[in-house]
Amino acid sequence: MFLSFVEKTKLPVFVVVFLFFAGSEGIAEDRGDAFVVGSISDARTLLPIIASDSASQDVCSMIFNGLVKYDKNLDLVGDLAQSWEVKEGGLVLVFHLRRNVSWQDGRPFTAKDVEFTYRQLINPSVRTPYSGDFERIKTLEALDDYTIRVTYKELFAPALSSWGMFIIPKHILEKQDLNSSTFQRKPVGTGPYVFKKWKSQNYIELLSSNTYFEKVPFISRYITRVIPDESTMFLELETEGLDAAGISALQYKRQTDTDFFKKKYYKFRLPSFSYLYLGYNLERGLFKDRRVREALNYAVNKQELIDMVLLGYGSIANGPFVPQSWAYDAQFPPAAFNQAKARSLLNDAGWKDDNFDGILEKDAVSFEFSILTNQGNEERIKAAQIIQKRLKEVGVRVKIKVVEWSVFLTEIINKRDFDAVLLGWSLSRDPDNFDIWHSSKIKPGEFNFIGYRNKEVDELLVQARKTFDQEKRKNCYFKINKLIYRDQPCMFLYVADNLFVVHKRFRNIEPGPSGIWHNFIYWWVPNVEQKYRSKSAIVP
Amino acid sequence: MLTYIARRLAGSIPIILGITMISFAIIHLVPGKPTSAESALNPKVSLQVRERIEKLYGLDKPIHVQYLEWTRRLLKLDFGRSFSDGRPVIEKITERLPVTVGINVLSMFFIFIVAIPLGVKSARSSGSWFDTSATFFVFLFFAAPTFWVALLLMQLFCITLGWLPISGITSLDFEYFTFSQKVIDIVRHLALPVFVSCITGLAAVSRYMRTSMREALQQPYIYTARAKGLPERTVLYKHAFRNAILPIITILGLSIPGLIGGSVIFESIFALPGIGRLFYEAVMMRDYPLIMAEVVLGALLTMAGNLIADIGYAYVDPRIRYAKKVS
Repeated sequence: MFLSFVEKTKLPVFVVVFLFFAGSEGIAEDRGDAFVVGSISDARTLLPIIASDSASQDVCSMIFNGLVKYDKNLDLVGDLAQSWEVKEGGLVLVFHLRRNVSWQDGRPFTAKDVEFTYRQLINPSVRTPYSGDFERIKTLEALDDYTIRVTYKELFAPALSSWGMFIIPKHILEKQDLNSSTFQRKPVGTGPYVFKKWKSQNYIELLSSNTYFEKVPFISRYITRVIPDESTMFLELETEGLDAAGISALQYKRQTDTDFFKKKYYKFRLPSFSYLYLGYNLERGLFKDRRVREALNYAVNKQELIDMVLLGYGSIANGPFVPQSWAYDAQFPPAAFNQAKARSLLNDAGWKDDNFDGILEKDAVSFEFSILTNQGNEERIKAAQIIQKRLKEVGVRVKIKVVEWSVFLTEIINKRDFDAVLLGWSLSRDPDNFDIWHSSKIKPGEFNFIGYRNKEVDELLVQARKTFDQEKRKNCYFKINKLIYRDQPCMFLYVADNLFVVHKRFRNIEPGPSGIWHNFIYWWVPNVEQKYRSKSAIVP
Repeated sequence: MLTYIARRLAGSIPIILGITMISFAIIHLVPGKPTSAESALNPKVSLQVRERIEKLYGLDKPIHVQYLEWTRRLLKLDFGRSFSDGRPVIEKITERLPVTVGINVLSMFFIFIVAIPLGVKSARSSGSWFDTSATFFVFLFFAAPTFWVALLLMQLFCITLGWLPISGITSLDFEYFTFSQKVIDIVRHLALPVFVSCITGLAAVSRYMRTSMREALQQPYIYTARAKGLPERTVLYKHAFRNAILPIITILGLSIPGLIGGSVIFESIFALPGIGRLFYEAVMMRDYPLIMAEVVLGALLTMAGNLIADIGYAYVDPRIRYAKKVS
C-alpha cells in the first residue's frame, strides 16, 4: 500500500526515509507538548454547520465528529457511527451509533443529537450552507437512542459521505438561535480536543480531551496561530515559532533548502483536491465551435505552466477529477502540447490570418478575447500571462483583466459577462460534480456558468449519483471524464500540490492519500524534545 | 468656552447623519454583494441556500428601508451583527481596539517625544551637519515601505540576534507566566511594531516642528527677548516654542481618528489582531454593518479631534478665544 501511494503521488523519496525512522522509534509515546500550526486566516465560527471556510473547518475537525469519516486511504469508515447498513438499494441508511461517546461537558451522545443536527441543517432560518444534501432526506427517525434510520426521497450516492457532517449537541443548542449563539465562539463537541480559548485574529487554543472515545491524544495542546503574511509565516518557521505551516512553491524549493530546515522540519508535498481551469463562455459565438476549443487546448503547454507558476509542484489536469479521487482515470491522457495541430484546427474552423498582422480573422473579425481572473491570486495572474503568450503564438490575442472577488462573482460570474475566466474548483471528497456540469445548473448564481450542455453527460451524472456500487459509479465518471475532455468546455490546466512543513519533533506521522492529519491523535513528542508546557483539559 | 463646545457638538449631529447617509449609499452602490470568499464558489452551497442567507441579512429590501432600519437601530446604539459570523459588531470592534489603540498611542507618544526635540534642535542649528543628517534619515524612513523595514528588522533582531519574537502580541505559554514575565513578554512583542511605526512616522512631526520653530526664531520678539538678556532656555521654550507648537497641536488633533486606524500591511506583517485588518476584511466581504460602524466611529473621532485641536489652540495661544459672541 505504501509503495503504491508513493508511486501514485510521486512523493519525493525523503518521506519514505523518515517514515522508517519514525517507525523504528515508536516506543515511548510520551504525552504533553503543544502543536502550533500557522494559518493565513482566522476561523469565522466554530459552529460546524455554519462554518464554510477552511480555517473554521480545520479547527472544528479537532473538536467535533461526524457519523462517518475518511480514513488515511480516503475510504469511508465509522466515526460516531459504529456501523451502518445500506437498505432498499440505497434509499435507506441505518446508522448504529457508538455507545461510549459523551459530549465534552459530560452528557452522553445519543441519536437525539443526530436528529437535532439534521433539523437545524434543514431549518430555513439557520444560516447553513450545507442544507443541499440534507434536503434530499424524506424522513429521519431515531429508532432508539443509538440507532438512526434515514430514508431518502430518491437514490443519492453521496448520501453516506454527507454524514461526515459534524454533529452538534442538542442539550446545549436546543433553545438557542444558532445564527447568533455564543456556541459559535465556545463550542462543545465529542472530538479529541476541547475548546479552551479564542483570541480573534491571534490564536485558537484547544486542549486534549480526557474522555475522547478513541483515545486521549498524546499531544496536549493544539494551537492555531493566525499569521496573515506569507513572509512572516516563514520567519516564524525559521525561529521554530510554528510547528506546521503551508508554504509557497518558492519557499519549498529554495528557502527551505537549508541545513537548518532539513534538520528541523519534514517537508510534505501532496496533491490538492482542486484544479485550475480556463472556462469559456460557451454562449459566445467565439467558443461555439469545438475545433476552436480543442485548438486552444493544444496551443497551451500545461507542463510549462506547472514549471513556471508552481516551480514544478503540480500535475497536468486530465479532466474534472483530481488524482487523489477514486473517480480519477489515471489512464486517460491529456492532450499534448502541439501548436501545429492548434493552427490547423483553427484553419479548419475558418480562422485565417488574412491581413498578415499575426492575429487570425474570420469574416473580418480578429480572434481576440479577454481572460478574467480574481484579484489577490498571483498564481492565476501568472498562469493567465503564460496562456496569453502561448495563444498569441497561434494567432489569438488575449487581454487579461483582474477583478476584485466580490465584484467578480456578482458582476461577472453571476451575470455571465465574460469571454473566459481563469478559476479553480475545489472538490469534495465525493466525486459527484452534478452541480458543475449538468445542463440544469446554468441559472445565474449556479455553478455551470460556462453554460456546458451535453445530454449524454447529463444522463451519466444522474446515473452516477444514483449508483451505490463504487466500481459501476467509477465507470460513469470515467465516461464523463472522456466526454467532457472531448468537448473541451474549458481548458483543464493543472492540479497544484499542497506544500507544507511539520516540525521533526513530532513522531508517528503517516502520510496517506488523505494527507497527514488522519492520525493526529497518535502523534507524539519524546519528553526530552518537548517544547511547551501543557495541561490537559479538565473535564467536569 | 462651554457654550462654544455645546454649539460645536450640536452642529456635528447633522454632519454625522450626512456622513452615514453618504457612506451607506456608497457602500451599497459598490458592485458586489456580501460574500464569504469560500462559500461563494463552493459547489456544495446551492443557489437557493445563498439566496436564503441574503434574505436573512435583510438585503432583499430597498436601500432606503435598509438605511432607515439601520439609523433606527443606531439611535439605540445598536450597530447590528456582522454578516461574516453573526457576532455583534460592537463586540468585534472593541476586542480589536486595545491592540490598535495601544500601539498607536505608544508610537505617537514616542514620535512626539523624539520628533519635537529633533525638530527644535534642527531649527536651531539649521543647515548644520546634524540638521542635514536628521532630515536625511527621517525622510529615508518615511519613504521606505513599512513591510520592508519590518522584515529587515525581524531578520536582524529575531533571527540573526534572536532577541525578540517575530509576531503576535503574547507568547503561547503566556498564561503560565508570572506578572513580571507577562509584562516583559508583551514589551518584547510590542518593541518591533512600535519601533517600526515610530521611525516611519517621525518625518511629519519633526519637519513641522522644525519649520515652525525656525519661523518663530526669526520673529522680532525673539530678538527682543535675547536683547534683554533672557537665558537661551527661556527664549527657546517660553517664547519661541509656545508659538511654534500650534501646527503640532493641529497634527495631534488630526491624528486622534488615526488612533483607531490601523494599517493592513503593518498588522499583517506582525500578525497583530488590529482594526486595520478587521476593516479591510469587512470591505472585501461587503460586511455592511461592520463597515458602517467603523465609518461612524471614524467620523466621531475626526470631529472630536478637530474640537480638541481648537480647544488646544485657545489654551496655548492667548490670541484665540472662542467664548465671545458678538450679539
